[in-house]
Amino acid sequence: MSEGGAPDALLAEATAGSRRALGRLITIAESGGPSADALDRAMVGRPGPGWIVGIVGAPGVGKSTLTGRLAAGAAGGRPAEGAPRVAVIAVDPSSPLTGGAILGDRIRMQGLGDPRDVFVRSMAHRGAAGGLAGAVPIAVRVLGAVGVEVVIVETVGVGQIELEIVHVADTVIAALSAGWGDAIQASKAGLLEVADLLVVNKADRHGAADAVRDLEQMLDAGTATALGPDETWRPPVLTTVATAGTGVAELWTAATAHRAWLIATDRLARRRDDRRRHEIGRRAIDILAHEVDQRVAALGPTAAAATPEEAARRVVRQVRAGGD
Amino acid sequence: MTPDGLPIRILLAKLGFDGHDRGLKVIARSLRDAGCEVVYLGLRQTTESVVIAAEQEDVAVIGISMHNAGHLTLGPMMVQAVADAGLDIPVIIGGIVPAADVPTLKAAGIFDVLGPGTPLETVVATVHAAAAAHPGSSV
Repeated sequence: MSEGGAPDALLAEATAGSRRALGRLITIAESGGPSADALDRAMVGRPGPGWIVGIVGAPGVGKSTLTGRLAAGAAGGRPAEGAPRVAVIAVDPSSPLTGGAILGDRIRMQGLGDPRDVFVRSMAHRGAAGGLAGAVPIAVRVLGAVGVEVVIVETVGVGQIELEIVHVADTVIAALSAGWGDAIQASKAGLLEVADLLVVNKADRHGAADAVRDLEQMLDAGTATALGPDETWRPPVLTTVATAGTGVAELWTAATAHRAWLIATDRLARRRDDRRRHEIGRRAIDILAHEVDQRVAALGPTAAAATPEEAARRVVRQVRAGGD
Repeated sequence: MTPDGLPIRILLAKLGFDGHDRGLKVIARSLRDAGCEVVYLGLRQTTESVVIAAEQEDVAVIGISMHNAGHLTLGPMMVQAVADAGLDIPVIIGGIVPAADVPTLKAAGIFDVLGPGTPLETVVATVHAAAAAHPGSSV
């Protein structure tokens, strides 16, 4: 085992099926900095995963159980050699106070298949906004580079701010549960805007039919305004009982239909191009923010004589003059 | 935190038929509050399922909680399973372990044994010491 070794060696080992090497690669991706950059560089030219599925939803609706079921079903065993076909990245929140995290998504995925069939990685979001860990895009690239075909990204269940998922996934499944709330809640939470599929989990409980009806009504109301003229995909509303596995195969079939639609209408490539631009933009902002912070910290006492706006403009001029 | 400023990742689990997980949940909270990323596997794990999760999660430390008197059997089995997988990850045992058994467990390769009443600060310090003593287990 090449301990913390060169990315090429680790990529080769992970491609050959080493869980340890793949686990280490994702740690490098998560760590950021020069080693993550070197890893990203080593992956240029390697293919990404064929399909990236996002699962979002409020805490407690059953996302992890659903994710475990979908992943085990999609994997259908494991290849004789090489990396598993399916991987899961399960994101949980970090404490804003201590930076620590309890990553508990794996508990719900146990017993839903052979643990060797699916590569599951828990990820703390480490303070990133939007419900996704900042390292998710590069971790997804790692998984694709070593031969994983389908990556399922389960996001921290924060409801109203987890929209960052649309910048990572090809297909977004929004999970709700029976008794979760009325149509206004669904509208407020922004789930409808990002969802390619809607699923009401815990459908054996009272209120599931109401939730489905409310969602359909919201979709009806949105059709007139939100959807563009070339929009031909209406998010289907499905029901599941993830703990029992009921409806999971149907959900996966519907998700597969979404992927086929993305490909047939040329949207898959477009979405991925948009995502790459988004990631480049976000990184550019990070770099600029760092430079701005440094210059602001170095401001002399003369800054007190200027208005904040004037001083800020001076900082921007300095940053512009300094770079290539 | 590791020397390079990243959180220590630790896996917590209970092995076999042992449903006493309240203590482990307290430990999980304490380690989170100490800045660790805790991969919580919970109940009814096998040595194999712990090793698979440890590989995928690339944890620096494995913490096993035992309250069913299985420690002399399962403790060494856990250490062996980690070694058989070619991993260099320290294993800490917590829970009900008679003092007389501690030397046996340490001789079998258990990094440390933390019994009832161990101050949470000691738990955190032991996890840090374990991670530092096995630098191959963290980036």
